[in-house]
Parts: sequence; C-alpha cells; structure tokens
Amino acid sequence: MSGFTFSENQEKEIAGILSKYPFKKSAMLPLLTLVQRAERVISPEAMVAISEKLDCSPAYVQSVMSFYTMYHTEKVGKYMILFCINISCQLNGCDKLLEHTAKKLNIKVGETTSDEKFTLHREECLADCTNAPMMRINDTYYGGLTEQRIDQILDSLD
Amino acid sequence: MTQILFKNINMKDLQTMKVYEEQGGYQSLKKAFAQKPEEIIEVVKASGLRGRGGAGFPTGLKWSFLAKDVFPRYLCCNADESEPGTCKDRELLLKNPHMLIEGMILCSYACRIETGYIYLRGEFHDLNFIMDKALEEARAKGYLGKNIMGTGFDLEIHTHLGAGAYICGEESALLNSLEGGRGEPRMKPPFPAVEGLYAKPTVINNVETLCVVPYIINEGAEKYASMGTEKSKGTKLVSVSGHVNKPGNYEVVLGTPMREIIYEIAGGIPNGNKLKAFIPGGSSTPMLPADQVDVLYDYESLAAAGSMLGSGALIVIDDSVNIVEPTLRLISFYMHESCGKCTPCREGTRWLYQIVERIMQNKGQLEHIEKMEDICDNMTMKAFCPLADACVSPVMSSIKHFRADYEEYFKNAPVGSV
Repeated sequence: MSGFTFSENQEKEIAGILSKYPFKKSAMLPLLTLVQRAERVISPEAMVAISEKLDCSPAYVQSVMSFYTMYHTEKVGKYMILFCINISCQLNGCDKLLEHTAKKLNIKVGETTSDEKFTLHREECLADCTNAPMMRINDTYYGGLTEQRIDQILDSLD
Repeated sequence: MTQILFKNINMKDLQTMKVYEEQGGYQSLKKAFAQKPEEIIEVVKASGLRGRGGAGFPTGLKWSFLAKDVFPRYLCCNADESEPGTCKDRELLLKNPHMLIEGMILCSYACRIETGYIYLRGEFHDLNFIMDKALEEARAKGYLGKNIMGTGFDLEIHTHLGAGAYICGEESALLNSLEGGRGEPRMKPPFPAVEGLYAKPTVINNVETLCVVPYIINEGAEKYASMGTEKSKGTKLVSVSGHVNKPGNYEVVLGTPMREIIYEIAGGIPNGNKLKAFIPGGSSTPMLPADQVDVLYDYESLAAAGSMLGSGALIVIDDSVNIVEPTLRLISFYMHESCGKCTPCREGTRWLYQIVERIMQNKGQLEHIEKMEDICDNMTMKAFCPLADACVSPVMSSIKHFRADYEEYFKNAPVGSV
C-alpha cells in the first residue's frame, strides 16, 4: 500500500487509459501526466501508486519519470511558464524578454514564486517558431511576445 | 499556387467532421476500399511521396517492408514535432485533424493494421483535446471501429502524449516511450517494419506524410507525381522563421527556388539587413551561406548544396548576427536533449558546448577549431541514432562557411589562454 490514492474520477480515467493499450506499461506516461497535472508534483508515494497500477517496480517508474522534462519532483507553480529560447526565438530577441519576465516575477529562471503562483523555466523549441518569440503557460501558447505583452499576460492570470 | 495540405487550412470550423466532409473529406475511403490493400501501397509508391519528418524515405516502400504475415501490426503517427524551427505539424493538427485521421485510415487499410497511435509531444496537450474530439467524431461516423463501411476492416486510433523529450521524435525512441519506457533509441536492425511497437511490425510516419495520402488516393499517383522535380514529388510544408518579414507555414511545390521562398513568400529580410545564412531543413541540417540562396528547395538540390531538406524548417539569419551565437544555442539544445545512452553523443555535445562557450568568452584560439573538428569526426555515425550527427551539422557548417565569425572572438583572446 502506498500513501497516495487516486480519486474516484481518476480511477475512471485510468481505466479508460489502460483500455487503449495491449500492455499496461504503455500507460506509464499518461499516468505520470495525470498525477503531475493534478498535484503539480510527482511524489515518491505517487510513484509507488503508479507502479502498483502498472505492475512494475517503483524504481522503474522513477527511472522513466526522470527521463522526461515535464515531470517534477518539486512542486511547480499554479502557472508553469515555459519560455522558448531556441534558435528562432533567440533570433527574435527572447533572451532579453526572458530576463524581463524573471525580473517581473522577481525570481531566477528555474524558480517558483514564493506564493507558488508562477514557475519560470527556460525551454527548448516548442514548435511555434513562426510566432517567435513565444512561451507556453500551462496549456496555452503565447506568440509575438514583447515586454508589454508579457506584462499584460502575466497580470491577467489569477 | 498548388495547395494540397493547406487548401482550406484557415476555413472556419475545418476541424469539425461536418465542414471537413463538406470539403470532400473522407471521400478517399470509398475509393481505397474498392481496391486491394497491396494496390494502395503501389499507388503511394508510384506517387513518389517521401517521408516529411526529416529523413525523406519513400513512404510506399516503407509500407511494403512490413514483415510478411506477422500480426498484429501497428501504425504510429509521429507528432512529436520538436526539431527547432519546425511548426508545420502543429498547424495541421490544430486546424485539420480529420485529414490526419483519413490518412491514417488509408495507411492502416493498405498495411492491414488494426491499431494506430498518434504520439503527440507532451507540450501539445491542447492538440490532444482536438485530436480526441476528431477521433470521437470519426468513430460516431463509422470511419473507425469494427467493420468500417461494411468492409470487414477494423481500426482503432488512440492519442498518446509524450512528456518533453526531443529524442522521442526518433522513431525507435518513440516506440520505447510509447511502451512506457525511457525514450532511448534502439539499435537497428531490426527496423520497426520487422520489430517495432511491442516487437510487432510497425509503420511510423510523420503527420504531414500521412496527411498527403488522401490526396494521392483521390487524385491519383500520376497527378501528385506530376508536381515537383524528378526525385522530389509533390508539395512540402515549410516553416519559415527567424529574420523574415512574414514568418509562417507555407506550402510550396518542391523545386521552388529558395530565393523565392525567402524574399517573396516570406517577405524578405526586415530592418534593411541582408541575408547572411539560412538553415534549410531544421536545426539538424547544415546551414548554408547567402550566396547559395539560388538553390532549389527539393531533396536532391539541397543535398548537392551540402545540406538537407530535413523537416522543412527554414531558419533565416541576417547579417546582424555572429553565427557563433546561434551555433552555441543549438549545441546547448543537443546537449540538453542527448538521452545519454551513447558516449560520443553524451560527451561530444558537452565538449563542443564547453569549447564554443570558451570561444565566446574570448578565451579561444585557432586550435580550438581543430579540436572541434576532431570531436565532430568522433561523433558522426558513431551512435545509435542521428542526434549526435545532428549536433555536428551546425558546428561543422558554421566552421566551413563562417570561420571568420569564430576568428572575431580570437582577436580579443589573451595569449596563452587555452
């Protein structure tokens, strides 16, 4: 038994996810994603709970989890800002904009604000290069960034 | 201008079954189901369609390589679009999801596949909803499920989200990821056509490749093959980004002059600056200098010019930039995305990063370039997958064409700073 339990709704969702695959283990990323989105972090207890669902060892879950950048072992903010710094955004001045964003949030890149509202990460190409410079906040893409637009976007988030 | 994939791309509600069908969507199924699966493969072969994900392998040939009489077989659509500069698949998935489903149904019928997965990069969570909704509509219409249109052919397609790893765009890493593992590439052979997903024969195609198939079935292989050049048939989506007035995704007939794409379609270089370099096929393809701007945009011409068509991401760089800056950014990307499995890639990307970073701190010397060339030589074709080779592309091409930009930094280097 792990100290982490899935809610009734999550159990239903998990059943749906498992039905997609002939082998349970394929549900690894979907289950990790489910936990990450609900908890904003993947705790060791959650890894144990996932391992029980997929009939594998918790160490295996941890090994897979650690490979992917979208899973976090420290709780991230309510708003996860992924700021693209790859070539098309670099050519369009993203470095200064990232600096501006960090300054506005009063954190360093990679950190979370003390109220746990924002986490700011430097991100590799997010496949929206024609709208560079761009960032992704939770599930939304924001392109054509300027300092003013970034301020407006951040101020508009509750 | 011939538009196949982007014909109705900005039409309102194109992502719905209703509008897609009004525009002739799913018409190809009837036509395909009247033929034998093998005949469909022959049609796709005859069309000359090549994979649009980066490698440019002939699609029909890939389908024909599936291990004979081994079932079940799987189709994986590679929607892990992460090659820097590339954002064409995102636009297709966002605005025209049914076109992909139609293409996947045709491929599955031709290859006798009953299960397909769409592997979306984790950051495309928004597209997952769109895709799931479109799949639901296709199920309700009877285009997916059991006994599709009374043919006895069954097919189910599912979406699957990744979680942030460029390497999962490499087909064997994608399979490991889809099986619930770390996205590390596999040793080849065996190729996925023989042992792919769950060790069964598997077709892996890029989004754009599959989206072309309905047109080929509807209009015939000859019509598709009549466009383009001898070895590059049809049209290609190109994501133009960087220093251009009108960045965007455009559909061009293969063989279009690069000059026309940069200066006419994408509106030329802003701020009165001049073209310095362009990366024709995504960050993994060698950059070319401005004097090669008259190269034609097709597989063979770009290969002859020393680069590749790749995924179709054209990154334009103007003369305000010292090429070493974007080069370091790309090395940093490959260092970050190296899965760490193969030593030449894991260590090589890091060493290159360290050297170029030192050069940019004015601590470099000419012999550093020789060292970089040596490292690149030890990374090329030395790993399980092409990520190391991809990192070598910007490094070697920047040295080849823009050595003077490196030398700018050496001028300020103190003596004995190695």
